[in-house]
Amino acid sequence: MPPLLLIVGAVAGLLGAAVIGLFGNRWAAAGPIVYVVAIVALLAAGGTALLQLLAPAVGGDPTLVLPIGLPSLAGDFQLETHFRLDRLSAFFLLILGLAVPAVSLFAIGYGHHGTEPARVLAFYPLFLAGMVLVLIADDAFAFLVAWEFMSLASWFLVLAGHRADETRRAAYVYLVMASAGTAALLLAFGLLAGVAGDYRFAAIRAGHLADLAAVLVVVLTLIGAGSKAGLVPLHVWLPLAHPAAPSPVSALMSGAMTKIALYAIIRVLFDLVGPVGWWVGVILLVVGAASAVMGVLYGLFQRDLKTLLAYSTVENIGIIAIGLGLAQLFRANGLAVLAALAMTAALFHCVSHAMLKSLLFCGAGAVLNATGSRDIERLGALIHRMPVTAVAMLIGAAGLSALPPLNGFVSEWLTFQAILAGAHLPQWSLKFGIAVIGALLALTAALAAALFVRAYGIVFLGRPRSAAAAEAVEALPTMRTALVLLAAACVLFGVLPFAVVEVITPVTDLLLGQSVPRQGIASFLWFVPLPDSASSYSGVVILVAIAVLASIVVLAVHRLASNRVRRAPAWDCGFPDPRPETQYSADSLSQPLRRVFGTALFQARERVDMPPPGDRRPARLEVQLRDLIWIWMYEPVAGGLGWFTERINGLQFLTIRRYLTFMFAALSFLLAIVAVTQ
Amino acid sequence: MNAAAMAPSFESAVLQLLHAVLVLAVAPALTGIVRLVKSRLTGKRGAPLWQPYRDLWRLLRKEAVVAESASWLFRVAPYMTFAAIWLGAALIPAFTADLLLGPSVDLIVLVALLGGARFFTALAGLDVGTSFGGIGSSRELMIASLAEPAMLMVIFTVSLLVGTTSLPHIAIALLGTSVGLRVSLGLGLVAIVMVAIAENARVPVDNPATHLELTMVHEAMILEYSGRHLALMEAAAMVKLLLYLSLIACIFAPFGMALPAAGVRALGIGLLAWLAKMVLGAVLLGLFETSIAKMRVFRVSEFLAAALLLGLLAVIFLYVSKGL
Repeated sequence: MPPLLLIVGAVAGLLGAAVIGLFGNRWAAAGPIVYVVAIVALLAAGGTALLQLLAPAVGGDPTLVLPIGLPSLAGDFQLETHFRLDRLSAFFLLILGLAVPAVSLFAIGYGHHGTEPARVLAFYPLFLAGMVLVLIADDAFAFLVAWEFMSLASWFLVLAGHRADETRRAAYVYLVMASAGTAALLLAFGLLAGVAGDYRFAAIRAGHLADLAAVLVVVLTLIGAGSKAGLVPLHVWLPLAHPAAPSPVSALMSGAMTKIALYAIIRVLFDLVGPVGWWVGVILLVVGAASAVMGVLYGLFQRDLKTLLAYSTVENIGIIAIGLGLAQLFRANGLAVLAALAMTAALFHCVSHAMLKSLLFCGAGAVLNATGSRDIERLGALIHRMPVTAVAMLIGAAGLSALPPLNGFVSEWLTFQAILAGAHLPQWSLKFGIAVIGALLALTAALAAALFVRAYGIVFLGRPRSAAAAEAVEALPTMRTALVLLAAACVLFGVLPFAVVEVITPVTDLLLGQSVPRQGIASFLWFVPLPDSASSYSGVVILVAIAVLASIVVLAVHRLASNRVRRAPAWDCGFPDPRPETQYSADSLSQPLRRVFGTALFQARERVDMPPPGDRRPARLEVQLRDLIWIWMYEPVAGGLGWFTERINGLQFLTIRRYLTFMFAALSFLLAIVAVTQ
Repeated sequence: MNAAAMAPSFESAVLQLLHAVLVLAVAPALTGIVRLVKSRLTGKRGAPLWQPYRDLWRLLRKEAVVAESASWLFRVAPYMTFAAIWLGAALIPAFTADLLLGPSVDLIVLVALLGGARFFTALAGLDVGTSFGGIGSSRELMIASLAEPAMLMVIFTVSLLVGTTSLPHIAIALLGTSVGLRVSLGLGLVAIVMVAIAENARVPVDNPATHLELTMVHEAMILEYSGRHLALMEAAAMVKLLLYLSLIACIFAPFGMALPAAGVRALGIGLLAWLAKMVLGAVLLGLFETSIAKMRVFRVSEFLAAALLLGLLAVIFLYVSKGL
């Protein structure tokens, strides 16, 4: 079967599943059916993509033309939609094929659809279909339709819990941002298609853009796709919308949909628009570094488990953007090998983050299911009640804290190597700038570890902070299996990075004509990203060495010294207090960091109200954080729009005479223009 | 220096094992030296050098008292922390650059290993659910969030100078005379010393001898530990001190270190040189700690921000001086 036919067949299957999902409210079996179809469809698509990457079809990339869609303006009059599976598409399709089946398996057991499961079941397959179609689209029309399909389906999914006020607000902000983003993309593709209006990617690739048009295309793409990816300052919708959706959907929005947005950026920047200047790389670097640092700092001060994870997504997308920016800088300066290294780092982090964030959001879903709470201050001690989830989440937290030997560390290490290679750039300003970016990335890595120690420590460790947390039960077997599978993938990709690089190599070959040196099975121990450098990394060695050393210590201590254990009340310097409120809370844990970083960036203010002795009212501590991006950027825009529409609104209440006058004036104006131009 | 000289060999395996055992054997003595120097400088007689060994052995043989609310993580954390730090210390070239695990001795990996140890220790501090464990973890995270980037900046400087992040290669390259004295290396040295002081919970950032609760950082995190678990945490701290001293010696004073395929004589010289450098480092640390007062917790961020800035300056000076 031709590969693309199989993928389109999978999409058709998903659309069929959406119809079944409509009956989800009355028919209990609809849920499992929808999710099983999703698993099968995405496994098929992912498998096809993997084959395409490892053993490319003979005679070029598979293409497919469907007789629907817009009339082709270039040739004869005919309706057509173009699809193609090239190596870049295949790589991102493979990410979907890895993340979606596991998350769908988790979703089978996840009963958090409220009273109306159809609200999720009908749109879940549509969302997946949209993402797959974006990846295989080979003309601007198909791309934009699929993009909008994906956006709207995910918007409906965000609205699944529409009875909560904050969900409605989140969905509103998301809709506004998504529409604005699509509008920007529409303009970008309009410019790309040019005056001839040939919207096929092949024609766009062949055409040549004027410099100014290329600048506009890049900027519009960064606005359109960057807002979907969650790049600062267009990230505001993300931490609202991603957590509002049901957890499996959050997992896919954060883990998969942001990658689709990055795919759009890569597709336009490295493929469609042709060679552009290095300044694009600078934009990506600055925006990426801002996203990384701001994302993790926002996340550090959140109390909502899923919001915190969503901010961590902003951070990680920032890291990927840094990689892409470096790739563009190296490419524009003719340093193809280094560009391939930076691109490999970015794409590796796409895989890492897709797996890790799917894992963490599913784990958060399991916690939410078990306790009914996303507020981490009401959780705690879940490691005793949910052992499997706790282990999987520990791996996820360690992975996003970039700890070896997990996959998150490999991509971070590669990004650092690419940053070090920045010394080879000829521009002086860039060398200094990249050193600063390196410092910011290091800061991000350290803060991410703090974020996940805080999240994990408060949710899973300590003593239960509420009755619900004390009585939590472990997730269902299917959910546990999904978590274990995702965690295993994270470990595997970290220990054997060459396997991931094997599927990245064809992509960098396609985009940059260059790739990192082939690692091969023979040299699987040491991962050497640059041919003439001594820098190398080995996940296997780290894993084995830690395991061996830890075992030696355990054996030696238990044999030679003591292995007796006595359980006793906590010591706590002699003043243990049985009340769980006396433990450190999430807010107190991040208080030093809030004082160091929050004072300037979030105008953090603390107000302590300590009643004098004898006064019986409780002491209060109020903490206020202000989101300056929202205040300085969005509120003026929203305010301006509001003001403008208020003025326009007056036009609704005029007399008919006025309206006739307006119409007459407009008509004369247009006629005058025609008269002048003709 | 090509990769062939670093090829794994029987010799390098033996040296690697020897080195791994040696760091464990020497680490408590270093802590003993620091304590002895501090005692003598403050007019006390001080405990003998081998007191840390006796303390560790005493703790190891005691039964471990584990809090009722503690989970498996609390009991696993000492082993993970100790193993990660031990691995880190075993990877740093000390008396010879010829170590079996040479190719994985990447400076970024080293920082991440220390980060991993910190990750587990901080989680262990939160596990029992007491306020002291929390305060320790909280402050440790604040300190680490600035110390780690500062350390990475120093690493950047050195890596840019040599063109690799691999530590044996860096040591060998710096052993050659081609590098010479550089302003950026000086700045880097100051930065990494500041980081080392913060990361090892030393005065003025933290006080390893204090049991005044409100000023503790590291001690507060491991407050609930006892018996063998405490012994491992203490030993990990001792090995970490050796790790930093060894790292500083390896980058900034590699002289005396035996090159790969050197004879026994060179190894002997390397060993003596390394031991001398360690003792000197410990004495200097004791001197420094005695001559300075502990600062407030929230001044630590300024101290470390200065380290970060110095690290960044080191990178920039390097670009300027090298005319890259």
